[in-house]
Amino acid sequence: MLAGAAACNSTNNNTSGSSGGGDKCGLELAFFGALTGSSANLGVNIAQGAELAVNQYNEKHKDCQVNLKKFDSQGLADVAPGLARQVIQNKKIVGVIGPAFSGESESADPIFEEAGIPLITPSATQPKLSANGWKVFHRAVASDTAQGPAAGNYIKSVLKAEKVFVVDDQSAYGSGLAEQVKKVLGAAVVETDKVQADGKQNDFSATVTKITSSGATALFYGGYYQNAGLLRKQLTGAGWKGVLVAGDGVNDAGYIKAAGNDAAEGTILTCPCAPASKASGTFVADYKAKWNVDAGTYSDVAYDAANIFLQGIDAGNTTAEKLITYLSTVNYKGIANTYKFTDKGELDPAQIIVWAFKVTNGEVVPDVETPKS
Amino acid sequence: MHYLSEHFSSLFRDFGQLTTTGLAQGAIYALFALGYTLVYGVLRLINFAHSEVFIVGTFGAVLTWSAFGLDQNSHIDGVGFVVLYLLVGLLAAVIASGGTAVVVELTAYRPLRRKNAPPLVFLITAIGASTVLSELVGVLTDRSVRSSPIFVQPHDLIRIGNMSLTNVQLILIVTALVMMVALDLFINRTRLGRGVRAVAQNPDSAALMGVNKNRVISLIFLLGGLMAGVAAVMYMMKIGTTRYDAGFYLGIKAFTAAVLGGIGNLRGALLGGLILGLVENYGSGFFGTQWHDAVAFVALVLILLFRPTGLLGESLGRARA
Amino acid sequence: MSETTGATKRELRNPLRGWYANLPRPARWAVLAVVAALAYLLPYVGQVPVVGPQIITAGIDWPTALFNMSYYVLLALGLNVVVGFAGLLDLGYVGFFAVGALTVAVLTSPDSQLGTKWSWLAAVPVAIALSLISGLVLGWPTLRLRGDYLAIVTLGFAEIIRVAADSTEFLRGDRGFSKLPHPPGTYADGKPIFAIMDATPYFWLGVTLIILVVIGARNLERSRVGRSWLAIREDEEAAEVMGVRTIKFKLWAFAIGASIGGFGGVLFAGQPGFVNSSSFQLLFSILVLAGVVMGGSGNIPGAILGGVLISYIPDRLRNVEVFGKDAFEYRFLFFGLLIILIMIFRPQGLIPSRRRAAELKDRAKEVQA
Repeated sequence: MLAGAAACNSTNNNTSGSSGGGDKCGLELAFFGALTGSSANLGVNIAQGAELAVNQYNEKHKDCQVNLKKFDSQGLADVAPGLARQVIQNKKIVGVIGPAFSGESESADPIFEEAGIPLITPSATQPKLSANGWKVFHRAVASDTAQGPAAGNYIKSVLKAEKVFVVDDQSAYGSGLAEQVKKVLGAAVVETDKVQADGKQNDFSATVTKITSSGATALFYGGYYQNAGLLRKQLTGAGWKGVLVAGDGVNDAGYIKAAGNDAAEGTILTCPCAPASKASGTFVADYKAKWNVDAGTYSDVAYDAANIFLQGIDAGNTTAEKLITYLSTVNYKGIANTYKFTDKGELDPAQIIVWAFKVTNGEVVPDVETPKS
Repeated sequence: MHYLSEHFSSLFRDFGQLTTTGLAQGAIYALFALGYTLVYGVLRLINFAHSEVFIVGTFGAVLTWSAFGLDQNSHIDGVGFVVLYLLVGLLAAVIASGGTAVVVELTAYRPLRRKNAPPLVFLITAIGASTVLSELVGVLTDRSVRSSPIFVQPHDLIRIGNMSLTNVQLILIVTALVMMVALDLFINRTRLGRGVRAVAQNPDSAALMGVNKNRVISLIFLLGGLMAGVAAVMYMMKIGTTRYDAGFYLGIKAFTAAVLGGIGNLRGALLGGLILGLVENYGSGFFGTQWHDAVAFVALVLILLFRPTGLLGESLGRARA
Repeated sequence: MSETTGATKRELRNPLRGWYANLPRPARWAVLAVVAALAYLLPYVGQVPVVGPQIITAGIDWPTALFNMSYYVLLALGLNVVVGFAGLLDLGYVGFFAVGALTVAVLTSPDSQLGTKWSWLAAVPVAIALSLISGLVLGWPTLRLRGDYLAIVTLGFAEIIRVAADSTEFLRGDRGFSKLPHPPGTYADGKPIFAIMDATPYFWLGVTLIILVVIGARNLERSRVGRSWLAIREDEEAAEVMGVRTIKFKLWAFAIGASIGGFGGVLFAGQPGFVNSSSFQLLFSILVLAGVVMGGSGNIPGAILGGVLISYIPDRLRNVEVFGKDAFEYRFLFFGLLIILIMIFRPQGLIPSRRRAAELKDRAKEVQA
């Protein structure tokens, strides 16, 4: 064991991944995101997806394991720098899955950049993150500039709604998405409102009143699933019959649980991913077997992100530096998407697909791929 | 100018609707506030743990319902079953909340009283107790969301123009009124209530007159807990979903309502709750829902500036002793 | 009841404290200088054999954890002026921290609408001045309120600031301000002292600020202002009758407390390079208050200890296994229990103020009477 660790620490003595199986043994990946605190649910989804991938890898490589270290940032930008510095001190860590949120990315990513540790975020969708020239930054999902217009186009072209109400929860994610939707819909947006983040507000009666009396037939909600569920339940209670459209932050079993099957019926959820049922492999069943819950938002992307790193490590890219080079040319067909990154670390625009899902009988089922206009 | 007129027109359009929904939310604040006001009236203590007393109540009800196989998707047929299940849930919530309130008093506050600790120490202990309870519930429920069935499908009872009152809203408002009147009668008309007023007025002379101070204080916590239990079931009827941390902000609002009406004053709690619910809704209608909380606190500051002891003044024992 | 009184008396005869108090003045200064020097060396404590590894935080970078403690300590010191010295219950102290941090962000970040892009140092005086003014603005109308009314109004004030930070376009809410500049200074080789890889210099800056604030607070406590605060705390009406202008001195306490809180915010904003509204939660205010009271309200060493504990305990629990789970998940449970236990068994705080302990003793006597 000791010898293996020592081999990993001496990074540069082995030029290529030609031989020396010991080189890729005992390396570590880091999960970076919220595991506790009010936004823990998304972080847990991601951590579990990544851990599943690492476990499956280790089953196949019993004599040469890769470990996943978890760093709980609570999703807070002020906690993130300390954890990022802890990550970079661990010389075995060659790649980071995360940071999960945009805020913490802003304060942690510069540290990873300086240390040269590559990261793949499965969920931080703030567009400007890729504009910093960070060579370590990779985003495995579409940014808000792709998903927002897709949701807007769905409302415009598929639902053909003429009066749309837009609500967001003021999070970087929710408000960013709502802005994009408003841009696409233009004058069709009759009114807007902003609510508090999940956990801070449970009664939405004022918002519900505005929506019902605005005469809107569709509502776009930018935010996360818990408040979306409460809002949908209260809207149905007030007799509103329109369609709720929301982004991937709501694409979670928790939404249907909070709203109840009846109220959730017919909700449209967009996701910059292909339907999991179309995904190759047995991810959905494996995830359920391992964690005893259904895979949630971003679980599949995190699974893919971990596998991208693992494939790279397996191919002999055993240092952070080599992994960055590897990521710049990678073309990986995962379960949620095919991953190819631009020089800014964004997904190749050709790879970006946004699907709309529909809640039917308490299940999220694929509806259509969203129209481009 | 255009900006203002747009906001005004939206407020006017929704005024009736904002009023009824605001009153319904205010009814929950009021029931919740009664617990704060009772404890404050006697002990001069902001019982921060009261929000968790409420949350334990919501979980008491939800877990009981799920023991009967009911979840957010259950349909309950027949008025008889609806009433039966609601009463069972109410009983569970009231036992859970009342029990929690008394346990907090016995384990955390009573030892401090024995030492005659200063108010700040009580307050910090209350914060500690609140944290412990909230985290215990969080750990025991995996920090996940739990939902209740829809017992009463809301539908309009009365509709005048844009204003409507639903059956659920009516139930909430009437329940709050009934509970407040019952509590008022209990405090003002019964022997035990007289003890409460005596201790609130002057603990030492009450003790001299043969009132068992500790028993009265336990009673106060129990009563506050019972009201929180009722509020918990009302909340589940209205919102239908609970989580370990859902009580924190609600508790702060309810306490604000108590202060607004005049803390220590039962009628003040009702008035404060209803006013807070209305002000928040009107503010949300005018400025946007993101200003919901800010509007509530601005209203509080303004009212306290002009009436430093709240709208109806402090008086659990004083005014009508 | 006599038991309690006895315990309090023993507190007053704490041998360590007695030893310190009996030292000649220069020796006392020497002791303090050694303590301060040791504080500067804390980032290297991990290298001390045996003890060191037990002290450092395993799950988070130790210098960063120390830096976090330093701004918590600053906040605890500031709140101690308001709560401990003047006896005014402030539940919304984080509001001033927010004003300090956001002012720096607005003036320095390229994301700001102002577009001023000042340096960190240039923004410092403005941030502190604004915090001080916000303390006066809050204090002037509300200080007529007593006790718990003041508590709820201060809480409301902090919430109003939080909502404004969340919801106004100008303050950018959760999206936050990025690329905040760091404090100035370069090493001989031209590399900046305050870089992003190492938090140690930030911690040293924090300790320096703490020392300045401690010296200031200590002198204030012993001045006419401090004696007025004491009089107000013990009996406001009597103080008023004796000619203490209570409103004026309460305003002083609020303004000084607020500017120290703003100081904390300024220090905080310089390190991560990013500030958003999620750092200004109500829970933070409550945590700092709990720290001050646990440490020993009204006592500077007590407030420092309290500030350290509220930041250190959760960080230290990271990566500590308890029953096969990370203890970090139970940090608040543990914390809540600790608060209750300290309040029950040591209501005067871990390092009580002598004056406060005496007040407590008086209260305990009243029960006997």
